[in-house]
Amino acid sequence: MNNIFVICETENGKISDVSLELLTKGRSLANELKCQLEALVIGDHLADIEKQLYPYGTDMVWVADDSRLVFYSTLPYTAIAVQLFKEQKPQIVLLGASSFGRDLGPRVSSALASGLTADCTSLEIGDHEDKRAGKQYTHLLYQIRPAFGGNIVATIINPDKRPQMATVREGVMKKAIHNENYKGKRTDLDVSKYVKDDDFVVKIIERHIESSKVNIKNASIIVAGGYGVGSKENFDLLAQLAETIGAEVGASRAAVDAGFAGHDRQIGQTGVTVRPKLYIACGISGQIQHIAGMQDSAMIISINNDPGAPINKIADYVITGDLTEVLPKMIKYYKKNTK
Amino acid sequence: MKALKIVVLAKQVPDTRNVGKDAMKADGTVNRAALPAIFNPEDLNALEQALRVKDQIPGTKVILLTMGPGRAAEVIREGLYRGADEGYLLTDRAFAGADTLATSYALACAIRKINDVDLIFAGRQAIDGDTAQVGPQVAEKMHLPQVTYVEEITEIKKGKITLKRRLERGVESVECPMPCVVTVNGSAPTCRPRNAKALMKYKHARTVTEQQDSSEDYITLYTERPYLAIPEWSVNDIESDLQQLGLTGSPTKVKKIENIVFQAKEARKIESNDEGIEDLMKELIENHTLG
Ligand SMILES: Cc1cc2nc3c(=O)[nH]c(=O)nc-3n(C[C@H](O)[C@H](O)[C@H](O)COP(=O)(O)OP(=O)(O)OC[C@H]3O[C@@H](n4cnc5c(N)ncnc54)[C@H](O)[C@@H]3O)c2cc1C
Repeated sequence: MNNIFVICETENGKISDVSLELLTKGRSLANELKCQLEALVIGDHLADIEKQLYPYGTDMVWVADDSRLVFYSTLPYTAIAVQLFKEQKPQIVLLGASSFGRDLGPRVSSALASGLTADCTSLEIGDHEDKRAGKQYTHLLYQIRPAFGGNIVATIINPDKRPQMATVREGVMKKAIHNENYKGKRTDLDVSKYVKDDDFVVKIIERHIESSKVNIKNASIIVAGGYGVGSKENFDLLAQLAETIGAEVGASRAAVDAGFAGHDRQIGQTGVTVRPKLYIACGISGQIQHIAGMQDSAMIISINNDPGAPINKIADYVITGDLTEVLPKMIKYYKKNTK
Repeated sequence: MKALKIVVLAKQVPDTRNVGKDAMKADGTVNRAALPAIFNPEDLNALEQALRVKDQIPGTKVILLTMGPGRAAEVIREGLYRGADEGYLLTDRAFAGADTLATSYALACAIRKINDVDLIFAGRQAIDGDTAQVGPQVAEKMHLPQVTYVEEITEIKKGKITLKRRLERGVESVECPMPCVVTVNGSAPTCRPRNAKALMKYKHARTVTEQQDSSEDYITLYTERPYLAIPEWSVNDIESDLQQLGLTGSPTKVKKIENIVFQAKEARKIESNDEGIEDLMKELIENHTLG
């Protein structure tokens, strides 16, 4: 009762990164609230899945293991989560802000008539006073998120309804092992008691999902391109520099929308959040929604032909010039000086 | 095939994609009034999907439903110009301050009143909130299945609809019984433009409030052409539990709003000539940032 739950997502038998990031955050919130951290995993062939979760400080792993649950489907997954939460009465429920969490989260919160805040960038514990009702609340979850197209930051609370639910995008929280030898408990749910046949009316006919190949989130150096890169061909210049110095290629949303780079490379408020030791921004103007996803980089180099580009304000090094001329020079002089 | 009744949920939103300098007030807060109000982009993708079904299945009716202040009637007119058949404006102080849950509840009540609906389309999310919650929550409130992130309808047959979903790393095809709620992705085809005939036909479409506010005398016009009256529903027109509406029905509250301020750093300027770049690369190699 009154614990913190993370609804975990799996991919080919592996717990996805965003779930582990949330467990890491959940562990520190649980310490602060002096409650337990629990995980819910739904799927098929989930033997030993708890072993991936214990090191993150998970005290209890609830497992719904059934061949019919092999792929995510709204109705059966909702039915399981809703009934389990009615029984266990968590105070907080966290999910990844992926297509999974953004489909499941609202459905579950509506069924429980509890509140849900999407795409939080920070979660904290705090108090609240409702002066009009003369009520004092302690230990609420502050759900902090950008609003209004990213131009403001709002702190959202759910004073009265439980659970307090929030989704968080991949990369926003940091993943960290709590203790390699941490031991929790596993409880297997009797799936037939949680789902009805009617929950399986939606049928998956075909699925082509690629496993993620791009790993910009964990890259220590990122060469990111924006709309100013101008073309897919010019993006190859970024790839060449990245290969030379051992970096990953990232992109702004404008570059992704223009088709210069794939979706999985988008950095920012609606992409991934990154914190590399070096971020090289090429032809990126630095709108607030982009900066939100990379401002914690240890060092930022901006290459832009506009000396007034907003990104220059947060950069450590500013190179004012045409990236098609600057990038080949960087490649050339890196090679020359590392031989 | 049996003609369908489709509701498209549409929202009028401030154009947050173009928050320029003039949209910020001197104190750094957003001047919402300075932002143009537009048809939420992904709701237009949703409207297009509905119109495609109408093209395919004769007799199908496309009905817009929007909740908002009086001026949100603009969204309905825009939809009529592009091929929708009817539109309803849900407007009342009782709905004000609603979070996604209370909004979804009000919309679900209105859809029940429209009655006998086969498909409910909505954009994946609105650009002012980016939550993507209203579609799934409407579905849950109506106890209907939902299909989110839809890019294409591949088939409608025997009371079932087959849809292609666009997910982070691929696509998924699902078959869902109707009625159901479908949320449409921005990657789906863009909406057709206004149709000249429809524009002529619906140019004078107005809600009752707009008719009253207008200085001209349109009374004969609206009695002769009843399709020009846009129905305006208040809380009394839908069957609902007041406790679940507006601010009272919203479990989430906004505690605080802050403007984003970035700490400017003192950047070092690097010359873009050969010498400048070579010095920079040497420095980065020497301090182990590179290599
Ligand atoms: C709700 C919402 C969410 C968003 N989420 C994200 C997000 O997650 N990530 C994101 O990136 N954006 C996001 N955006 C979009 C964001 O507002 C900007 O539109 C986008 O980041 C701009 O991308 P850009 O800097 O590549 O393009 P632009 O703003 O067009 O900038 C191009 C830059 O390239 C420079 N340039 C041009 N030619 C050259 C050249 N030859 N050499 C060097 N420099 C050159 C120009 O001077 C300019 O500074 C979001 C927007 C909204 C409303």
